[in-house]
Amino acid sequence: MSIFRHGYVAGPILGLLWALVIATATAVVFSFATGGAFRPGGIGAGLLGAGLGALAVLWPRLAGPVGLGLGALMSLTPLAPVVTGPDIAATPALLAGGVMGAATGWPIAAMMAGCHSGALTRHEFEASVIRFLTGFGYIFFTAIVAIPFYVMVMTSLKNQSELIQNPLDFSIDLSKGWDLFRSYSELFGQFNFGSYLWTSFLVSVLTVFITLLFAVPGAYAVARLRFAGRAAISRSILLIYMVPMIVLALPIYIAFSMLGLRNSIFGIVMIYPVTTIPVALYMLQGYFRGLPAEIEEAGLMDGLSRLKVIWQITLPLSMPALASVSLYVFMIAWNEFLLAFMLLDDPSKFTLTRGIAALNSSEIPRQHLMAGSVIATVPIMALFLGLERFMTKGLTAGSVKG
Amino acid sequence: MTAQTPRSGSAPLGQSAETSRPAPTPPKGRNPLERREARLAWGLLLPTVTAVTLVVVLPLLAIFWISVKPVGLADLRPPVPVVSEDLRGRPEAVGDAATLRYRLRNSSQDQVISGVLLTDTLPKGLEIGDLDPRCVLDGREMTCDLGDFEGGYRETIEIPVIIGQAFADAGMELPDSPPGLTGRASNVLTSGSFTFENFARIFDGAEFWGVLWVTLVYTVFGTIGALLFGLFAALLLDKSFRGQGVLRGLYLFPYVAPVIAVAFTWIILFDPFSGSANALLIQMGVTDEAINFFGQRPLALIMVILFEVWRYFPLSFLFILARMQSIDTDMYEAADMDGASPFQQFWYLSMPQLLGILSVLFLLRFIWTFNKFDDIFLLTGGNAGTRTLTVNVYEQAFAVSNIGAGAAVAVVIFACLLVFSFLFFRFISQEEGL
Repeated sequence: MSIFRHGYVAGPILGLLWALVIATATAVVFSFATGGAFRPGGIGAGLLGAGLGALAVLWPRLAGPVGLGLGALMSLTPLAPVVTGPDIAATPALLAGGVMGAATGWPIAAMMAGCHSGALTRHEFEASVIRFLTGFGYIFFTAIVAIPFYVMVMTSLKNQSELIQNPLDFSIDLSKGWDLFRSYSELFGQFNFGSYLWTSFLVSVLTVFITLLFAVPGAYAVARLRFAGRAAISRSILLIYMVPMIVLALPIYIAFSMLGLRNSIFGIVMIYPVTTIPVALYMLQGYFRGLPAEIEEAGLMDGLSRLKVIWQITLPLSMPALASVSLYVFMIAWNEFLLAFMLLDDPSKFTLTRGIAALNSSEIPRQHLMAGSVIATVPIMALFLGLERFMTKGLTAGSVKG
Repeated sequence: MTAQTPRSGSAPLGQSAETSRPAPTPPKGRNPLERREARLAWGLLLPTVTAVTLVVVLPLLAIFWISVKPVGLADLRPPVPVVSEDLRGRPEAVGDAATLRYRLRNSSQDQVISGVLLTDTLPKGLEIGDLDPRCVLDGREMTCDLGDFEGGYRETIEIPVIIGQAFADAGMELPDSPPGLTGRASNVLTSGSFTFENFARIFDGAEFWGVLWVTLVYTVFGTIGALLFGLFAALLLDKSFRGQGVLRGLYLFPYVAPVIAVAFTWIILFDPFSGSANALLIQMGVTDEAINFFGQRPLALIMVILFEVWRYFPLSFLFILARMQSIDTDMYEAADMDGASPFQQFWYLSMPQLLGILSVLFLLRFIWTFNKFDDIFLLTGGNAGTRTLTVNVYEQAFAVSNIGAGAAVAVVIFACLLVFSFLFFRFISQEEGL
């Protein structure tokens, strides 16, 4: 280990690793952006990275500019850090090389900050390694999360022949204008997605209301009132939370078939809240327990009944919790797939998720499938980003379900 | 404890106090206030308990019942006798002869319907000829006792009639009142026939153990992967910098998006013929020919595990981050003064603090991954060596059309679940004080 703890060893090694990461990232970004052939050049990137790493230890200020220049320059030689195919013009190649070099140079200088060429203390060495891992982590996680969503949106804006011709080309031809959104207009026009959107919204909102109607009194009872069987109830809530949906879906399917409740929104609205009540109850009772009991007791002393105390004191105090529980329940209902898939067969009553499942056939082009996915994802994302504060709180408030 | 001590009756008091005056005895039993509170509590819980019983407990009991029943998908529609009525002979004028025909059949090919009874109101103005011996005419009401219909039974009853004036006036057509037909069919769901064939079938052969093995591999690696990724992401975001909120929101996307949307995106991304991932890999020289990610063993299983990790690392990262931010920073400063390196601080200070939430997350995620159905169902449909127990429920019940066998698999899942939740309550109760 100790051999690594020298500036002149750690710098080039971290530089080399970082350059490989950056070269790959640059190649992927350029491929997706232009549709052209870019790939990381292992040897070129490695050499460039090692050199910049050494430079970062000796003259940190130089690493960035040198990286930019050298990266662009090397992209014209066989040792290009980002190798381009024969059909790529010189300018994008230069650009790729320069971007790669710059994105290697400046960060590596920052990573090696405080290091010198000689022996490093354990602190200095580990701090550099941690900075390297942090940088790698940001790139890695952002890539794995962003790429699928990027692909989803871009695919929905393409047409079949473009998709088959070059699956890597995610550039948008803006000259097409509104024609870009053809899949969407077809989904809303011919595939009835407007109605699915409305059904999903209606079902989710009703689910939220019914869930709260059941869960608020239940949670209050479990959190505040003393009665025999309180512990048992509290545990069974958690237990029910763990029963897999597919186990329940089978008898529910049978019962609904016999009662004629399949293919009805009413049946769906009946069943969704029950799957969310335990979660909501569990989250809410945790919050209620955290509220000071003295305020409620004061209300009781002043002659309010328990129900009035709940209505006039507890609920106004727990608005943040109600918001996050509502959001969470809305998300579960909006994203629910299994029950909708099993219980709905009639296209006029589909929810969005069921509608998307119906698009998954070989006759329907897949940009439609992706456009449907975007339609289902955008509202929940917008809601979530707008109310992110509540959401993160709600998710950690006792729900590990998913 | 405090609630129980007063109720335990007269506790032995000091001897001196007892001799001087009667000791104040605490009230026995539950006082009216407590009773009222308990009544209120159960009143508030009643809607929830009722709903949950109807939709969770009853179906669970039903699963046990169905699992020992020979039920197929077709049996969900109980056999019924079917009748259609028409007038044959093309009568044109009053006095023409015609035939009133009832065609009857049993909708089921193999089950008996007993006590079939045909009732019909004959239209006015028809002169009825010879009746079938099983039929009785009372005014215009005809009742035929047809006895039992075997499976696949068909019969035609013909009644010769002569057209009267009233019928001709009504347009020579039969009125729109369909004949009534009733019968009793034994429903396999409620009958007394039981079988262990479902269990015998699912435990039979290597398939079940293969499925169980796949389930375990998927669950263990999916859970651990999501935890490790979540820990890494939490470490990244456990510092404040500009854009931290944006990144945190972004990293939650996989969890928040509808599973069906992201699953189809993965399928399209990794499509063997026109997927971007394959194009990228070929261009980078990693592989020469397209890889069928979701179609070959054991790659398909690895892919669904990766999907599970990708989709649920945000959840772990949220919980771990919340725990990390509640750790006292003084400790790290002290460790810094004592010369502990960053890795040492992480390993000897942070990890012990995080162990609690990590084990809770592990158990909960383990159970939830074990229960996961949608993801694999959408990605591979359980093909290419990715069939887990939950997917097997669906396969047996709907693809093989054997509801009984599906229910038997569900019973096995439930048994596993009981074991897990036992472990859960053993360990978590101590960790989180639930």
